[in-house]
Amino acid sequence: MADSAIDRLARATPSSLARRVRGLSDRAIAWVFVTPTILLLLAINIFPLIWTVRLSFTNFAANKPNAEVKWVGLRNYTRILTDPDIWQTMQATAHFLFWTLLFQVVIGFSLAWLINRKFRGNDLLTTLIVLPMMLSPAVVGNFWTFLYEPQIGLFNYAVEFFTGIPASSFSMLGSVTLAPWSIVIADTWMWTPFVMLICLAGLRSIPDYIYEAAEVDRASKWRQFWTMTVPMVLPFLMLAVLFRGIENFKMFDLVVQLTGGGPGSTTLLTSIELKREAFEKWRTGYSSAYAIILFVTVFGLASIYVKALNKVKER
Amino acid sequence: MKGFLSGLLRLRRGPWELLASCLIGLGVFMLMQPFVLWAFTWSFLVTLTGTVMFIITSHFPE
Repeated sequence: MADSAIDRLARATPSSLARRVRGLSDRAIAWVFVTPTILLLLAINIFPLIWTVRLSFTNFAANKPNAEVKWVGLRNYTRILTDPDIWQTMQATAHFLFWTLLFQVVIGFSLAWLINRKFRGNDLLTTLIVLPMMLSPAVVGNFWTFLYEPQIGLFNYAVEFFTGIPASSFSMLGSVTLAPWSIVIADTWMWTPFVMLICLAGLRSIPDYIYEAAEVDRASKWRQFWTMTVPMVLPFLMLAVLFRGIENFKMFDLVVQLTGGGPGSTTLLTSIELKREAFEKWRTGYSSAYAIILFVTVFGLASIYVKALNKVKER
Repeated sequence: MKGFLSGLLRLRRGPWELLASCLIGLGVFMLMQPFVLWAFTWSFLVTLTGTVMFIITSHFPE
């Protein structure tokens, strides 16, 4: 009989090592496997976090590594939290977060609900809908820059076709009032398929017999939707919102490609401002404090959200 | 309300987590609201207090 790979490996193991491994308990073997991952996690996640907290209390500048580093206490935090410009970026981020999440949830769930029905070409349609999500954000940013062109962009012509507003009379990326909506539209176009896929998984996990039982009890379609479909898809939907919420809070590439934070600072999201402070103005201590503020906000929100998610799942 | 207060006094997880969650929510709202700058200034302290409280109270008994 041919030797298996495990047999060959066992024979190749030096006898001294084999004796040592044989003596290990299950718990010890588990630790042997887990330790490299924990060390890696400590090295690339925990240590930088602690270091960032330390830097946030200093005036350190990464482009001047030999300059004297002064302990400035809470000065960086005070400056950030009294700066009207940073306040403005927080509002821009809140606008972006709220509307993208709302549109993505409503459109994503609706699409999933429609796709969940059995019809011809269902698979092909699902693949086509999912395509935007597979593109690079830089590509999507470029792509939408062309679509938003006032002279040649398809988006403006579509608006003209449906509303009668002349295509060249407005610029989505150049207008102070329209630019925040332009990034919302592009992000919604790109990431709605993601929410749809998660909702679709939720909808497909609902067994048919529940609906059959509801039909026997003569429950209306409306009642079936609100008392069965929505509660059973809710944990999936909440998970999608959590993922998209965290991702959109640190949205960078798509917006930089589309508007670069402009016009003025109307689409300047926190991540873009943070990058400018850290790697253009080289105020490392200040940007560390900024990063810590964002981290605590996301961490706090994610904590209560995960708690709520667990409660919904327990129901 | 009486149950909530007695839960707080007896250091039970539920009411304390609720309180911490409210603080985090309030802090995030203060951070992103467009109305008054002073709320933005104090938002981080409120969020941080809520987050630390949430981490501690999630280890309280049910």
